[in-house]
Formats: sequence, structure tokens, C-alpha cells
Amino acid sequence: MIDVGIAFARVAFVMLFVLNTAAILGWVERKQSAIMQDRIGANRASIFGLRVLGLFHPLADTLKMLTKEDFRPARADRLLFVLAPFVSVFFALVAFASIPFGDTLRIGDRVITLQAVTLNVGILYVFAMLSLGVYGVMMAGWSSANNFALMGGQRAAALMISAEVAIGASIIGVIMVYGSLNLMEIVRGQGALLWGWLPKWGIVTQPLAFVLFLTAGIAATKRIPFDTPEGESEIIGYFIEYSGMKFGMFLMTDMVETAVIAGLCTSLFLGGWQVPYLGAGGVQFPWGMTLPLSPLTVTVLQVGAFVVKVSIMIFLLMLIRWTLPRFRYDQAMRLGWLGLFPLSILNIVLTGMVLLALRPS
Amino acid sequence: MTMRLGQRFYLREVVSGLGLTAGHFFRNLGRHIGRAVGRRGVPGSVTIQYPEEHRPYAPRLRSLHRLVRREDGSPRCVACMMCETVCPAHCIYIVADEHPNPEIEKVPASFDIDLGKCVFCGYCVEACPEDAIRMDTGILEFSSYSRAGMIYTKEMLLALEPAGPLGKPTSPVPIPADRRV
Repeated sequence: MIDVGIAFARVAFVMLFVLNTAAILGWVERKQSAIMQDRIGANRASIFGLRVLGLFHPLADTLKMLTKEDFRPARADRLLFVLAPFVSVFFALVAFASIPFGDTLRIGDRVITLQAVTLNVGILYVFAMLSLGVYGVMMAGWSSANNFALMGGQRAAALMISAEVAIGASIIGVIMVYGSLNLMEIVRGQGALLWGWLPKWGIVTQPLAFVLFLTAGIAATKRIPFDTPEGESEIIGYFIEYSGMKFGMFLMTDMVETAVIAGLCTSLFLGGWQVPYLGAGGVQFPWGMTLPLSPLTVTVLQVGAFVVKVSIMIFLLMLIRWTLPRFRYDQAMRLGWLGLFPLSILNIVLTGMVLLALRPS
Repeated sequence: MTMRLGQRFYLREVVSGLGLTAGHFFRNLGRHIGRAVGRRGVPGSVTIQYPEEHRPYAPRLRSLHRLVRREDGSPRCVACMMCETVCPAHCIYIVADEHPNPEIEKVPASFDIDLGKCVFCGYCVEACPEDAIRMDTGILEFSSYSRAGMIYTKEMLLALEPAGPLGKPTSPVPIPADRRV
């Protein structure tokens, strides 16, 4: 019974984290872009005259979307049209399940893994879910009975394939270095120290893979600079016929995917829940100083570190989204196939050679 | 057409662009926080929160008309019809009347301006030989639910005062006759 409760709590924590992140990302996006562009940003929504920096805007937006007319084109495929946003948002939401947000927590004789679902092939699971997400987009494009929507869906599929290949190839280097497909094991591996002082984070051991993964990851979120499936200025995109909360769910999918990519980047390249020099017993500095901490403090610090790192990654993703102009469709394809993919292969070869050279003989 | 190798790899240009926007972000964030804790300094944004804040208006701005009063409060206008004649939009309607004082030629019995038609060219101000009409109230936000409501009468225009410093209106916007408050 307690085990069921613990499992429920783990899933609930991840679910609430992802959902709230996605909800607040709308506000973060508006506010951050405004401050970057010397503006103020949304600040008018108020409850009893309380504005709180426009934090009520996501709430107001949601209310607006829920109360809007839910329009369905006459020639649209009835089932697929309704199903598409759910498929889209579902796979984005479940993708976070295998990302660890803390080390194992020991309470009494019970060992709790701070991860919604413990999977040996966690990293493959996340990619499977990210790739399946494109089915929602394709369904939306197909079922809308609108040529622009269809074009958007096709573009999404093409972009997803070229990005997915690069994502898969770029993380192979990480898997080779840490020797596991289990995200928990990969994060644990990043707790080691290089030359006794440098945390062995993925960004240190695999800098090229980090850049490639980040680029391909942004492409997987379908946001600017890789927003060809949407293409506001040309085809409006796969959700052109959607309105109300169904449209809102597509927007939410983008936000959740941003959070997933940020979480994945954190887990693979920024050491996940690792705090530098913090072990299970407390802080142990390389110059010999130690600071013993209780296990619960350590766990809280680790979860906090994970949240902070994800926030920093989200900030970076938002910064990129509001800085770069968008790629043209053929440019995005070219970048994926002729830029990211060969470089990821090169990264695999280089990693293999270095690992071979460093192998204890 | 030829791109330098550094440009072809995007990365350097992307990083410099991100540096620029991130610089703006943190500089503005610091300024916002500084303002929030009460320090005076450069504002973090160039935004003017419009209904609450106004951009300063230039002193020569042509805004809502007003009719200048004599010392006894009667209009300085002598109903010479110059403004009505010169008005390119034909938005001024004057009905003249005899003035009790024989030294003053005439007086407007009614002086209506249809602001729905007015193009704010300022010709009426230029044409007036008595300096009886001016466009210096600083009032720009007048509106009405009907066309009739955009017709401003002599009494409304006589009640207006010139704008204060920075073009700030000193008299309230006249309420059209068809609107109840």
C-alpha cells in the first residue's frame, strides 16, 4: 500500500512539475522576451487589483481558451481532428517520466528512486515519446482538410525525422562515455571528478554533442528558429483550423517539449541532479574540506539543483527562441542532414578513439 | 554570395547574437529590480503605460479646439465665418446673432464643430482675425458612441482651458450630450 502511495507521489511530482512548468512558461516567454526587447510585457491581468508582474496572464489565457468556441471544419475528419491535440500533448507529457530529479532517497529500510518511472532504457524511451509526439501534429495536419495544415504536418514530419536522427546520433557519445542507457546511471556517472577537481558533466566530456543535441532538441520542439511546421508568416501551420483549448493544447505541447528538452539536456550534459562535490554523505571539496550533511538535506539540495539547472536551460532555450531568425524550410533540412548528422557521426568516432586511447590496458 | 567559413557554421554568429540579447535581458532586469526597490535610475524599458502615463506633447500640437473667452466670459468670436469658410472638412457650423454692444459686430448664437469630420489641420486657428479659436487644450481622447455625440457645441468649447506644461490637459474632456455618466 505504501509502495503504491510512493509510486503515486513520484508520478505526481513529475506530472505537477511538468504541468506547472508548462503553464508558467507562457508567462516566462512573454516576460523574458519583453525584457530582452526593452519592453515591459504582459502586466494587465489582475485579481482584486493585484497584478503580480502579470503572473495571472496564463490563468486568463486558459480561461479565455476554455470559453472560446470549439470550431470544427465541416470536412474535417471527426475523430482524428479531436484526437490530434490529445495525442500531441500526451506524448510530450509522458516523455518527462524517465528523467531523474534526484538520487535514491533512503527512508528507514525503504529505497525510493527519485524518478517517475525507472527504466533501463530510459533515454530510448524519452526519444520514442518525443518522436511519437509528431503523430499528433501529422494527424492535425491531415484531419483538418486544409492544405496549409497538411503542409504544416508534412513539414513537421520531415523536420522531426531530420532532427531525431541528429538527436539519436549526438547522444551516442554520451552513452559511450557513461556506459548506460539508464538516465539515472548516466547522471550518477556525471558525479565523478575529472583530474580530481572537475565534475565529469556531459558538457565537459561531450561539448560537441551538447551543441548538436541542443540544436536538434530545439528543432524537435518545433519552435523558432525551427518553426517551419508553424511558419506563421507563410502557412500558419498544422493548427490553422484549431481554436479554443484544442489550439491551447498545441501551444502547451510546445511548452512541455521545451521543458522536456531542458530536462534532458540537464540530465545528459549538465549533471542532472548532481551538485558539484556533493556526495551522499555531504560536501567533499577537492582540497580536502568536508561538510557532512543529513541524507534529507542532500536530497533536497539535489532536487533543487535539478530544478535550477532545468530553469537555466529553459532560459537559454527561450533566449535562443527570441534571438535567432527562423530558418527557411530547406535550410532547416540542410542543417539537419548535412550539418548536425555528419557532425554527430564525427563525434561518435572521436569519442570512440578517445575512449580507446584512455582505456586502462 | 560567398560566405566566410565562420558564418557557415552559424555558431559564432549565434553566440554573439545571444550575447547581445542576454546583455539586454540582464541589464534591463537589473534596472527593473533597481526601480522596484526604489532606486532612481534609467528605466528598464522604453514602454509608456499609456492610459496612466502620457508621452509629453509638443507645445504646437493641434488638439481639441477651444473658444477663447472675453473677460466677461462671452466668446471672443464675432461670427465672421472665416473659419467656417476656410475649413477644408466643412466641420464648423456657425449661426450669427446681433451683439448687444454696438462696438462688437456680431456674436455666434451657436458654434458647433463636428469632430467626426475635423481633420485637425488648424486652418481655423490661422484664419481667425480675433484669435477666438485655438487648438491648445492638449485633449486628444474624445470619443462617442454616435456621430451626433461628436458634435461639440459652443458651451462645451467655451469651457475648455489651455493645456498645462508638457501638454497635459487642464480641463476635463467635455461629455457629449448623448452620453449619460
